[in-house]
Amino acid sequence: MRNLLAVIDKEMKVYFASPVAYGVLTVFLLVSGYFFYNILTVFIQRSMMMAVQAQQFGGGAPAMDVPALVERNFFGIVSTIILFMVPMITMATFADERRRATIELLLTSPLTHFELILGKFLAAMGFFVVMLLPTLVYHAFLYFYSSPKMALGPVLSGYLGLLLLGAALISLGIFISTLTESQMVAASVTFGVLLILWVIDLSAQAAGPLVQEILGYVSILNHFDDFSKGVVDSSSLVVYLSFVFLGLFLTYRSIESWRWRT
Amino acid sequence: MIEVDRLTKRYGNLKAVDEVSFQVEKGEILGFLGPNGAGKTTTMRILTCFLPATEGTARVAGYDVFENAMEVKRRIGYLPEHPPLYDEMTVDGYLQFVARIKGVAPEDRKRRLREVKETVRIEGYGKKLIKHLSKGFKQRVGLAQALIHDPEVLILDEPTVGLDPNQIKEVRELIKSLSGNHTIILSTHILPEVSMTCQRVVIISDGKIVAVDTPENLTRQQQGAAHIYMEARGSDVEVQRRLHRIEGVLSVVSRPLGEEGVFSYRIETELKQDVRGRIAHSVIEEGFELLEFRSLQLSLEEVFTQLTTQEEVRSQ
Repeated sequence: MRNLLAVIDKEMKVYFASPVAYGVLTVFLLVSGYFFYNILTVFIQRSMMMAVQAQQFGGGAPAMDVPALVERNFFGIVSTIILFMVPMITMATFADERRRATIELLLTSPLTHFELILGKFLAAMGFFVVMLLPTLVYHAFLYFYSSPKMALGPVLSGYLGLLLLGAALISLGIFISTLTESQMVAASVTFGVLLILWVIDLSAQAAGPLVQEILGYVSILNHFDDFSKGVVDSSSLVVYLSFVFLGLFLTYRSIESWRWRT
Repeated sequence: MIEVDRLTKRYGNLKAVDEVSFQVEKGEILGFLGPNGAGKTTTMRILTCFLPATEGTARVAGYDVFENAMEVKRRIGYLPEHPPLYDEMTVDGYLQFVARIKGVAPEDRKRRLREVKETVRIEGYGKKLIKHLSKGFKQRVGLAQALIHDPEVLILDEPTVGLDPNQIKEVRELIKSLSGNHTIILSTHILPEVSMTCQRVVIISDGKIVAVDTPENLTRQQQGAAHIYMEARGSDVEVQRRLHRIEGVLSVVSRPLGEEGVFSYRIETELKQDVRGRIAHSVIEEGFELLEFRSLQLSLEEVFTQLTTQEEVRSQ
């Protein structure tokens, strides 16, 4: 436990000493803020148009839950933006330790591999949370101005979904970072793999029913949809947690096999 | 303290370390000497549990490096060839982190930090970022890192490489001052370093140990014959004739020196007989002037070359 905290503490220090961290935070907030604003104006305009139409043709205005629509679309977009951010968060985890030979310090210290990997994973999650935190402000605005007050359930489940999706992608990114000494290679490969996951998700939507079902289960992005709608499905939880476990397990094996080869 | 028994590390068909065995006693400084690529780093990495060995065993303080890696790691301070530093951390922040992962108790950390900084003389640099330090200081922080948990065993991989002469002297003195309380293995490809700091030397070449002994013994043993250097004024031919008449003289090589009539001689004699007195006597008897007379010791450098080249001839 003490070792785990030491690793997390050091990782956080290294993260926030690097300009990459601030770049990632800035870009994420700019892009997510832009989309939030955009989505919000689109739906407000649409609901106003519908109200105008309803007045012209008589009858009551059809109910349009603007906050719910905004939330759903916003979480959808953020889950895509994350694909671009995660490689930047995980690229250095092991690749940079190898490049500067500090891996020798870590592996010759009385630290278990488990403590080392989990520490790095939790630190990356910590950074990910720091990145998401400011976006809470968007929902606070929406909540403050919504009338009747919007439901908070979908916001919570949306963030839960983002955390799970982030954890899955981060564990994959950390594994890829063990495969090379170069941060750039780690980042590009991670991005490529995440892009493939995204493409699987898209092609699942276009494929025939059977293939669609299979790909739908495999695609980790697909499971995110439920969360953004406010549904916490236990099967999605299981999928994400097993993905995280798989990623960290592969990381462990990769470090072990690297030790035998070096 | 350290027992290495027929340690072998194989990469495919290549044997980086080939049945290496040696022991290090408590408080001793052992020099690990060999050309680049001889297997020094690999052996050290196995001892520090960084790499697993293919065959053979190694025990540190009674614990097997493979089966009891955690116990071994707790007792070893390791300075790899490149000091494992995080450039973006401060010296204090870095040493704090290492103290934590090496298992230094929280209440002892401050004291240990102060002590190691004193030992490696970086007291005023705690708040500095590591990336702003010079190479010599980085090396010292690397040493501080290896010492922080007061390990019984220190393993230093080329601790003086890349330092300027003054820094090299300082680091060597530092290492010497650490022996006694610590058992030290240091690797180097610089020969004088070994004779200056180490009590025993392991010479390794192509993954195999070619010699283990004290630096003094090594230079002595390798000499099949005693060598004498002499300068004398007088007829070269005459001197040679007289020298060859002495029993025990094996060969004489002479060379004219700059001055008129002065020659230098390199005389090889049998090791068993001390014929120095008779040589000096005979030269003076003949009426020549004896200008210089001393026995030659092979330098460790020559021993090293002999040992490693012999090895090559044998393997071919």
